[in-house]
Amino acid sequence: MILLELFFVYLQIGAFSFGGGYAAMPLIQTLVVQQKGWLTMAEYADLTTIAEMTPGPIAVNSATFVGQKMAGLPGALVCTLGCVLPSILIVLLLAWLYTKYRDLNVVKNILGQLRPAVVAMIAGAGLTIILFAFFGTSTLSEISLSSIRWVELGLYIVSLILIRKFKWGPIKIIFSTAIVGTLIYMVL
Amino acid sequence: MKEEKKVSMVKLFFSMLTISAFTFGGGFVIIGMMRKKFCDELHWVTDDEVLDMTAIAQSAPGALAVNSSVIFGYRIAGLKGAILSAVATVIPPIVIISIVAMIYSSFATNVMIKTALQVMRAGVGAIITDVVLDLGKNIFQSKNLVNIVLMFAAFIASWFFGVSSIALILIFIALGLVKTVVERKGALL
Repeated sequence: MILLELFFVYLQIGAFSFGGGYAAMPLIQTLVVQQKGWLTMAEYADLTTIAEMTPGPIAVNSATFVGQKMAGLPGALVCTLGCVLPSILIVLLLAWLYTKYRDLNVVKNILGQLRPAVVAMIAGAGLTIILFAFFGTSTLSEISLSSIRWVELGLYIVSLILIRKFKWGPIKIIFSTAIVGTLIYMVL
Repeated sequence: MKEEKKVSMVKLFFSMLTISAFTFGGGFVIIGMMRKKFCDELHWVTDDEVLDMTAIAQSAPGALAVNSSVIFGYRIAGLKGAILSAVATVIPPIVIISIVAMIYSSFATNVMIKTALQVMRAGVGAIITDVVLDLGKNIFQSKNLVNIVLMFAAFIASWFFGVSSIALILIFIALGLVKTVVERKGALL
């Protein structure tokens, strides 16, 4: 019974969180914390911290967190399934339509027109992360040049050279910056 | 041929699994990683397809990471590829969160973990910069001045004015429709 309930709550979270993590958070808070009482506010705050410190989308992370707490591993699996099922079905439909109709003139034009916007969105996400790395915040008004973290700036430049000139892969870059950066901070 | 397909399914699964396990920083970072792996390294998809699929993934509800893995998987290996990719993408969060939830207090207060997560952003930022440089170069090389201007306009709208991705996608779909109508008229005349 609880498994079914978990499944349907996460089905809703998966189906109605347009726009990624920032859309999913209020939905999780309303459904899981306020309506169902499956998490206390303190646990919800822990969840947010954990989600920020681990890879993986926040909705999927919260599915495991809540499911595990309420019903162990089966709970985690059921919540995760509910959370990703709407995505999978809708994206499959769109993917099928894309494969079938992408050579149509109108579809070509629309997709071609979307490309600059997509590059801009990826660039925006990148700039946010870079500002966070360099200044510890991405809010422009809070940024001052004197608070720049030189270690991160150095790691960024070296990483970029390693990627572009020496063709290092992303995983190698992430691990190396984590290890080298932590060592530098421990020494400093 | 069949043999080749089998090899690529295993490769697809483990590529998705690794990308999901090590990608800190959200959905667009995942897309950058997928582009590096499946476009640069394995040549299974083209740059244009990456952008098309990103727009589509962004148009559906749910996490961008899951959505993009489903559509990349579908494009690379059909329905089987899509489901395989979705499974590969959710396994790391399930495992990692299960473990972290058990050791939460020592995990969240560990100084070394905190530092590592903080400095890691420099590397992630460099990866995204690389992807944006490549993708932006394509837009510039198309020599389509309108698209170049629109790219900067979209960046300013989303980053400085907080226009949501959904709104941006709808606006650009409308622009694409207008373009089609205008072009068709041109052809008729």
